Amino acid sequence: MPAYVLRRLLVSALILLGVSLITFFLLYVLPADPVRQIAGRSATTATVESIRRELGLDQPFLIQYGHYLAGLLQGDLGRSYLQKTEVATLIASRLPATLLLMVGAIFCELALGLSMGIAAALLRGRVADQALMMASFVTVSAPQFVVGLLMLYVFAVKLGWFPIGGYGTFLHLVLPALTLGILGSGWYSRMMRSSMIDVLRADYIRTARAKGLGRARVVLRHALPNAILPVIAMIGIDIGIFMGGIVVVESVFGWPGIGQLAWQAIQRVDIPIIMGVTLVSAIAIVLGNLLADLVAPFIDPRIRLK
Amino acid sequence: MGATKAPVLSVQGLTVSVRAEGVERPLVEGLSFTLGRGETLAIAGESGSGKSITALAIMGLLPPPAVRASAGRVLLGDTDLLALPESRLRAIRGDRVAMIFQEPMTSLNPVMSIGAQLAEALRTHQPLSRGEARARALAALQSVRISQPERRLSQYPHELSGGMRQRVMIAMALALKPDVLIADEPTTALDVTVQREVLDLLRDLQRETGTAIILITHDMGVVAEMADRVVVMREGRVVEDGPVAQIFTAPQADYTRDLLAAVPRMGNGAPRPGDPALDAAAPVARLRDLAVRFDIHGGMLGRITHRVHAVEHVSFDIRRGETFALVGESGCGKSTIARALAGLVPHDGELEVAGQPLRGLNRAGRQAICRSVQMVFQDPMAALDPRMTVGDLVAEPLLIHGIGTPPERRARAADLFARVGLSADQLDRYPHEFSGGQRQRICIARALALNPGLIVCDESVSALDVSVQARVLDLLAALKREFGLSYLFISHDMAVVENIADRVAVMYLGQIVEMGSRAQIFGNPRHPYTRRLIAAVPVPDPAHVRSDPPRPSGEVPSPIHPVGTAPQRVKLLDIGAGHLVADDAA
Repeated sequence: MPAYVLRRLLVSALILLGVSLITFFLLYVLPADPVRQIAGRSATTATVESIRRELGLDQPFLIQYGHYLAGLLQGDLGRSYLQKTEVATLIASRLPATLLLMVGAIFCELALGLSMGIAAALLRGRVADQALMMASFVTVSAPQFVVGLLMLYVFAVKLGWFPIGGYGTFLHLVLPALTLGILGSGWYSRMMRSSMIDVLRADYIRTARAKGLGRARVVLRHALPNAILPVIAMIGIDIGIFMGGIVVVESVFGWPGIGQLAWQAIQRVDIPIIMGVTLVSAIAIVLGNLLADLVAPFIDPRIRLK
Repeated sequence: MGATKAPVLSVQGLTVSVRAEGVERPLVEGLSFTLGRGETLAIAGESGSGKSITALAIMGLLPPPAVRASAGRVLLGDTDLLALPESRLRAIRGDRVAMIFQEPMTSLNPVMSIGAQLAEALRTHQPLSRGEARARALAALQSVRISQPERRLSQYPHELSGGMRQRVMIAMALALKPDVLIADEPTTALDVTVQREVLDLLRDLQRETGTAIILITHDMGVVAEMADRVVVMREGRVVEDGPVAQIFTAPQADYTRDLLAAVPRMGNGAPRPGDPALDAAAPVARLRDLAVRFDIHGGMLGRITHRVHAVEHVSFDIRRGETFALVGESGCGKSTIARALAGLVPHDGELEVAGQPLRGLNRAGRQAICRSVQMVFQDPMAALDPRMTVGDLVAEPLLIHGIGTPPERRARAADLFARVGLSADQLDRYPHEFSGGQRQRICIARALALNPGLIVCDESVSALDVSVQARVLDLLAALKREFGLSYLFISHDMAVVENIADRVAVMYLGQIVEMGSRAQIFGNPRHPYTRRLIAAVPVPDPAHVRSDPPRPSGEVPSPIHPVGTAPQRVKLLDIGAGHLVADDAA
């Protein structure tokens, strides 16, 4: 197991290197000019060029990337062009908020998705099953900002149960976490339903019933652990999709996380921040997948990490 | 034996129906039988006879809501199981009526330890503490004569062989000493020597506990060995029932007679009419010191640490016009040889097909080899693409090799269809519209499309009902005569092999331990393993007295060896007229 983790981490380092190269390249070929953003519309050509030189943006691509990589290897993510602060400091100050939102959202996602999926599988073919699957279809196809604004309007503005936005208490967390959770739950409920239906057909479920076990025990003790395996792998992958959603949801709810930071940076072409947030997201995805793979053998003894 | 004792279970006029598209159709109709204490009743029949549905109906495990018992009674003592609500039925299930299933590989929960699954069965019905349940679970494992029972408790199903898993299932079913045990094809998925052990075990346990057994099987050999009485079923109805001796010696129904006639029987290698004279000069396939090994990677850097020695030092020729049989139990390497012959796995040693060495061939060369070797697999449904018409499937080899125009290919497919006993107007149907036997005929037609010299039949008749099996074997024999084909016939079924093979090689752990003509192997088996295989085959004759061979000890050793070590080579000695036997037994 330690050897496995070590090998996976080495591979992860290579993945991150690749991510940094591709992102850097995309930002390099992007027609938007960060120097224009810094200098402002009225700046003279001379000023623009001097800022460009100062930031090293007049250098060829490989040299720019080399500089960035050299800094990265020493743990230096660079400075924001506009805020003049260390990117590492900016991200560190916002990461806890995002992680909190992520945990809340994954909890909502799983609680909603898995229970809907299990219920649909057990009620297969009935009206309730069709209604649940219809609901999951709606959540899968609904845009994040629409759901977010709807939640805000109903639960914060009209009913006044939750604050309209911001960060600080548990109540602040509920609406953004629920928004992300509802959107993700559609995938999970569909996946859980089909996985559960497969498992309920399995021979060992028939064995469990032939032993005289009650329905609840058959479902929870025998079917669920087998059905949940593909879902666990999904959580790892899901963190990537989640990172995309967080940019929108943090903006809608004024949640001071890295999603909001990224959103502002993208508008202003603040390359060091975009790079930093991308790398942090990539690390989250890589670690999430690793974690999912490490959890799987505890549920299924047939899985051996090699 | 037990027929006169008071019935423990009595089924009266049981009808099970399935509702599909608003129409109710019976799967089992008017079934009645009684089961005495300590008695074994066999329900025999081919697929679709309703025998497994009957078992599920008794257990109350019919898949709702489409399938239900629509009439009749199932009396356990005085209680009608069909009238009981689910909650009360649950208390009886596993406690007074227990069941074991055909597939030991999938019938245990893969994510629960053996001990947990056994203890759960006990604690569901009896107020036991964890410690007591564990002790009882251990005792149950000991009673099924499993090796290292203590260790098994903490193991998971995937760590156990099929035979061991079926023992666990039996331990679980019998732990609460049920009145009735329903065994649904309990040994069908097992190797023949393991089947022998499991049948012996069931018989011994029945003697000890007095449990009545309903044995559901398609195998008349198993019926003859195990049953006191027999119910023969066909298409949901009872064809005939009676004491086992009467069924076998004086069957009343035509169907029973046909069924018994179709059962392949062993005949000590007695000569058959029309055994061909074989031409040893130009073999269609020649194997010399063939070895197939698979690497196992391990450690930090994923280096090769172990190898699976699937096939080692295998040498034989397949002559033109002969059926060469490879027999042995699961994992002995017989299918790997087939795959090597078809060029599907890399091999060491020499392997020639139609005089051409297989190694070092380029793409075109490999494709040419495919024209002379074709395969027919065990499961015809899995071997036919469900989204292609059978006509396209049969013509596909011609298409791949660029032979003929579309109308010509279709004509050839129609030809082949006629040759294997199907009609040309079925060409545009899909595989699911055919029965198992018909599908295997389609596979054979496809294999014939390229006029190969050699057809590899890998357990090609094992999944078929006996009556269908007999007809497919007849077809294979007829095609051999007509086209001068050779077969490599791979099977675990000694009786089938004796009926079809010209020469036989017995494999154990990747190596051949005995090889010779059919008469030599079955008339004068010399290697202990060959003898054990032959002795293990259930004989479809209730009067047959089994001379108990020594019970084998433990499991088959592993073919996995660390890199640098290799299994010891089995040396074959000729004991006369080409009969080769491993020298430790010669």
